Amino acid sequence: MKLELRNVRKSFEERVVLAGIDLEVNAGEVVSFIGSSGSGKTTLLRCVNLLEPIDDGAIFLEGDEISTIGRDPNPIRRRIGIVFQSFNLFPHMSVRRNITLALTEVLDKSAQEANATTHSLLKRFNLDEKIDAYPDQLSGGQQQRVAIVRALAMNPEVLLLDEITSALDPELVGEVLDVVRELKGSGITMLIATHEMNFAREISDRVCFLDAGRIAEQGSPEQIFTNPNDDRTKQFLRRVQAVGKT
Amino acid sequence: MPRWDRVKESFFNGERLIDSLPRLLDAFVLDIKIFVWSTPAIIALALVLAIARSSRNPALFPVRIFVIGYIDIMRGVPVILWIYLIGFGVPGVGLERPFNSPLLWGSVALVLTYGAYIAEVFRAGIDSVHESQRAASRSLGLSNSQTMRFVILPQAIRRVVPPLMNDLVSLQKDVALVSLIGPIEILRQANIDKAKFANFTPYIGAAIIFLMITIPLTRTTDYLLARERKRTSATRVR
Repeated sequence: MKLELRNVRKSFEERVVLAGIDLEVNAGEVVSFIGSSGSGKTTLLRCVNLLEPIDDGAIFLEGDEISTIGRDPNPIRRRIGIVFQSFNLFPHMSVRRNITLALTEVLDKSAQEANATTHSLLKRFNLDEKIDAYPDQLSGGQQQRVAIVRALAMNPEVLLLDEITSALDPELVGEVLDVVRELKGSGITMLIATHEMNFAREISDRVCFLDAGRIAEQGSPEQIFTNPNDDRTKQFLRRVQAVGKT
Repeated sequence: MPRWDRVKESFFNGERLIDSLPRLLDAFVLDIKIFVWSTPAIIALALVLAIARSSRNPALFPVRIFVIGYIDIMRGVPVILWIYLIGFGVPGVGLERPFNSPLLWGSVALVLTYGAYIAEVFRAGIDSVHESQRAASRSLGLSNSQTMRFVILPQAIRRVVPPLMNDLVSLQKDVALVSLIGPIEILRQANIDKAKFANFTPYIGAAIIFLMITIPLTRTTDYLLARERKRTSATRVR
C-alpha cells in the first residue's frame, strides 16, 4: 500500500471539511476526486502533503504514519509532490531556478546535477526553450507545466494534482492534461482533484465522489460515470452534464 | 512690518552665504558619514526584527513579544529623546575613549530607532507575499527559514524599496539631530556661523545643501513607486 488514510477529519473553525475519509491507494494507482466545490477535494490533498494538519485520524505513507503531530514534515514532502490550481511559481526566479531551488537546497544536489535534471525534464515536456524565462513571460498552460516539472524534479513517489486546469483558459487545458497522460505510464502514484469529468474518466484507475467531506462513492471510472449507485453521485453528474462539463 | 531689504540682509545675504558654504559643506561630510555607516546597521537590524516578528514557530512566541514591545517603544517616543537619552546617557556612565563619543552613541540611537521604523516596512513587505508562495515552497520540502530566505524575503524586499527610500530620506534629515549632543555637523556649523555673524543666511545654506540630497532621493523614490505600480497593476484607468 502506497498511501493510506484512516478516518481523516479536518475542520476550519466550525465548518467540517473532511468528515472521516478512509482511503487506500496502491503504488502506481491514479485516483481522481470529483465533487462539487467545497466537498473537500483540495483540503484532502493539502492534508496528504501535510500543508494542513489533520484534526483526527491518520495518514500512512508506505505503512509509516506521517500525520503524527510534531513530526518534521520536510522529509515527507520530498516524497509527496503537489501542483496547485494557481501554479504558485516563484515570480522572482527564472524557470530554471524555480526547478533547481529545491534540488540544490533540499536534496543537496550540485548545480550541474540540478541543471541536468531540469534540462532533461523541460525537454521531455517541450519547455526547454523557456528555461531562462520568468513566470510572467509564460502563458498559463506553460506556467502550470513548469509547476508540474518543478514537483517532478524532486522525483516524488506520490504526486497530488489540485484542480490544475481550473485557472486555465479552455484552449490551454489540453497541453497540461497531456503532461498528466504522459506521467500515468511512468508508474508514479497520483491523486487528482478535478472538475474535468472526461479527463477523470480517461486517466483514472479509480474515481472517488466526495460529498460533504466524505467519500460518498468510489469505483472504476466506468462504473462511476455510467452506472453510479449513490443518489448524490447521480445528482452531481446530472448537474455537470447539464452545464456541459462532461 | 519687517522690510524686504532687512529680510534679505538677514536671510539671503550673498556674502555670508559664500563665506559659510565651504564650512557647511565640510561639516556636511560628517552628516553623510553618519548616514552611510548607520544605514547598513539599520537595515540589518530591521531585517532581523521583521523576520523575528514574522516567524511562525510557536517556540519563538517570547521573541515575538519582545520584538513587538521593542518596536512599539522605539517608535512611540520621539527620535530626539532617544538621541539625548543614549547619546548623553551612555557616555555619561563613565566609558573610556573612544567608547564615550557622543558621535558613536548618537549614531547608535539613530540605528535603534530607525531599525524599528524600517522593521515595520519590511514586515509589511513580508505580509504582502501571498500565502500560496509559502505553500509552494514548503511543499517542495524547503524549511521555514529556507522559505523565508529564498522565496519570501526576495519578493518582500523588492516590494518595499519605495517606502524604504522614503524612510531613508527622513533619516538623512534626522542625522542633523545628532548635532544636539555635540558633534559639529552641518546644522551645528550653521548655528556657529549664525551666532558669529548674527545672520541667518548659514541656515539657508544648510537647507540648500540638504535639499540637494533629499530632492533627488525623493524623485528617485517617486520614480520607483511609479514603476512598481505600472509593473504590478493592470492597465491604468483614465
